[in-house]
Amino acid sequence: MEWDLPLIWAAVIGFAVVMYVILDGFDLGIGILFPFAREERERDQMMNTVAPFWDGNETWLVLGGGGLWVAFPQAYAIIMPAFYLPVILMLLGLIFRGVAFEFRWVAVTSRGWWNLAFAAGSTLAAFCQGVILGGLIEGIRVENGAFAGGSFDWLTPFAVACGLGVIAGYALLGATWLVMKTEGSVAARGRAQAKWLILAVLGFMAIVSLWTPLASERIAQRWFSTPNILFLWPVPLVTALTAFLAWRWLEAGRDIPPFLAAIALFLLGYAGLVISVFPYLVPPSLTIWDTAAAPESQAFVLIGTIPLVPLIIGYIVFVYWLFRGKLREGEGYH
Amino acid sequence: MDLDPVLLARLQFAFTVSFHIIFPGFTIGLSAYIATVLVLWRLTGRAHYNRLARFWTKIFAVSFAMGVVSGIVLSYQFGTNWSRFSVVTGNVIGPAIAYEVLTAFFLEATFLGVLLFGWNRVPPWLHVTAAVAVAVGTLISAFWILSANSWMHTPAGHEMRDGIAYPVDWFAIIFNPSFPYRLAHMANAAYLTTSFVVLAVGARYLLAGRHHAEARTMLRMGVGFAAIAAPLQLVIGDLHGLNTLAHQPIKVAAMEAHWDGSKPADFHIFAWPDEEAGTNRFAISVPRGASLVLTHDPNGLFPGLASVPPQERPPVKTVFFAFRIMLAIGFAMIAASLYGVWLWWRGRLFETRWFLRLAARGWWTGFVAIIAGWVVTESGRQPWVAHGILRTADAISPVAAASVATTLALFVVGYGIVFAMGIYYINRLIHRGPTGEAVEAPQRGTPTRPVSAAHDSGREAIERG
Repeated sequence: MEWDLPLIWAAVIGFAVVMYVILDGFDLGIGILFPFAREERERDQMMNTVAPFWDGNETWLVLGGGGLWVAFPQAYAIIMPAFYLPVILMLLGLIFRGVAFEFRWVAVTSRGWWNLAFAAGSTLAAFCQGVILGGLIEGIRVENGAFAGGSFDWLTPFAVACGLGVIAGYALLGATWLVMKTEGSVAARGRAQAKWLILAVLGFMAIVSLWTPLASERIAQRWFSTPNILFLWPVPLVTALTAFLAWRWLEAGRDIPPFLAAIALFLLGYAGLVISVFPYLVPPSLTIWDTAAAPESQAFVLIGTIPLVPLIIGYIVFVYWLFRGKLREGEGYH
Repeated sequence: MDLDPVLLARLQFAFTVSFHIIFPGFTIGLSAYIATVLVLWRLTGRAHYNRLARFWTKIFAVSFAMGVVSGIVLSYQFGTNWSRFSVVTGNVIGPAIAYEVLTAFFLEATFLGVLLFGWNRVPPWLHVTAAVAVAVGTLISAFWILSANSWMHTPAGHEMRDGIAYPVDWFAIIFNPSFPYRLAHMANAAYLTTSFVVLAVGARYLLAGRHHAEARTMLRMGVGFAAIAAPLQLVIGDLHGLNTLAHQPIKVAAMEAHWDGSKPADFHIFAWPDEEAGTNRFAISVPRGASLVLTHDPNGLFPGLASVPPQERPPVKTVFFAFRIMLAIGFAMIAASLYGVWLWWRGRLFETRWFLRLAARGWWTGFVAIIAGWVVTESGRQPWVAHGILRTADAISPVAAASVATTLALFVVGYGIVFAMGIYYINRLIHRGPTGEAVEAPQRGTPTRPVSAAHDSGREAIERG
């Protein structure tokens, strides 16, 4: 039996990226919404809802980056230099927001600075992730299997729009998370913010959906040629329906469904991007098969991945279950 | 201005990895310490073990956060700054990194949540299990990353095709020749570093007349463990050195500033290696000392630096002096820990104030030794990034020097702030000390809502008082 290892690995990394975007998405979203909290106790409450989880959430980013190196070293070696500045700015953003989780509780006079570090770091990381995504969709200049562009090739209006879109998307995940995990003023504000953010996310999704097929013949072909369009036309429709349901659930005072709907919106947007880009890993020149590691390397790690990823998901579910339920005002883990 | 992109990329990596290594160097040992005192608490039921665990867990949380965020940077820097290295070695050492994430990072990160926030929320057995899981996770992480790192020093189990390394034998790749020594040396270094920090904190409290029960336990545990680990480190280091001599003789020649391989080597207590002239100045030496240590024969010979052209040599001064710093600290640690145990045996450990003052100020020794050791081994590997396979100069990314310089400056400023504040906050936590009541096992029907450990213990104290 012949296994298509690059395809399996693309699925594994795709899965890691989805997990990262959803899980770190909501805790980065908390950071993005941080400046809108009015009082320090509200910020305490917001941060406490994600404190036991953020570390594990961020580990998916390491799996995504490490996995890309292991499975597609050629793509890793092109993408990272191509997005050199946004990648490093993202990392610096993550550093400041990450240490803010711990420093903020020990700080006395400099608490305000760590609030700022948490908010600015989260926003910067989200923006950079969107920029990298946008730049990747637009394509990378490659010569002789190496990045051949300039330091600021990634800086385009489309990439900036994607950056803002990801900020809005993570903020939506964060706002609906707060609706689910808190009560009182924090939850109420999250509910109000979530509605605006649904509109913003839909707006950015529309921009990306219209822009990409207009800019790329290949992407237009993928969506609008027959028979593809027969299978693909429900994607935007389901997206609109999900957004509508999320809005209704927010209005109806439901706590958990809006968060699930926000996740669904992300999954749909992600599916749309995969449809547009697959099988390219470094558009427009290199596919997952062009950039794959040696089959024996892919196979060696896959043997461990098959049992370990379900095990990891098992204990992650266990920890989320352990810290389930709403966090009331004034309660904390610290 | 003409910037050398290779030098900038090296400076950036050296800076970020040196910053990072401090935290695993501490958290590997500290997680094991926390797990140990929690197990002791469960076994003996003595409250001060619980207070110690809670106290060190707070410090662990701050250190671990710094370790995590500075570690994420490294997993991306292979690509951003060393893309050619990523392509050439990715097939072979990439899997070690993937297994590190899969077997260690998720385990640590997930159970850290239980360890930090589970005091009043989970049954004690589960909490202790989480502490052990975190400690084991940090060690598994060291296993994989040091395997990958060792392969860069002593590649094995691969074949080269078109300039790219391909795996042939996974066992030989993972357990490459220098790996067992490096793992033992680093893991022991981490435990030793932590025991000196624990010792320092215990001594600080005793000098200040605070937290007597905790301070005495910390002193005994710190001194006792260090008295085993410090001499052991000398033995492991010696074996590691012999292994290096077999596989990277020029690195050893640089460590000893040994130029002429046709003569037995002296051990230089001090010297100023003159790389231009190929000789040492101002040398104070033990005649034939290095030959005795490395070949176990005063007349033994081993290759000198002069046996290869200058461009094949590592930066001699860097390797030579870093090695001496590591050795000096190592011997000081052996002396201090053995003397401490002697004082303990004589029953004077808690009263000998000069020793306590020395111990309280010696918290940093392990960290400096670890960084010095890394400088020895990594600078000593030059001019290769993967020994015999890829030169450092050929490993970099096609990135503009200005970009590397800019981000280097951002890293220096950013890490400077984070590091300074981190040290300051850890010091503040130490100053506050292990306070509050020990926590009893939660009653039947664990509360389902999250409750603040500190709040609860405060409430308990009020109710009792």
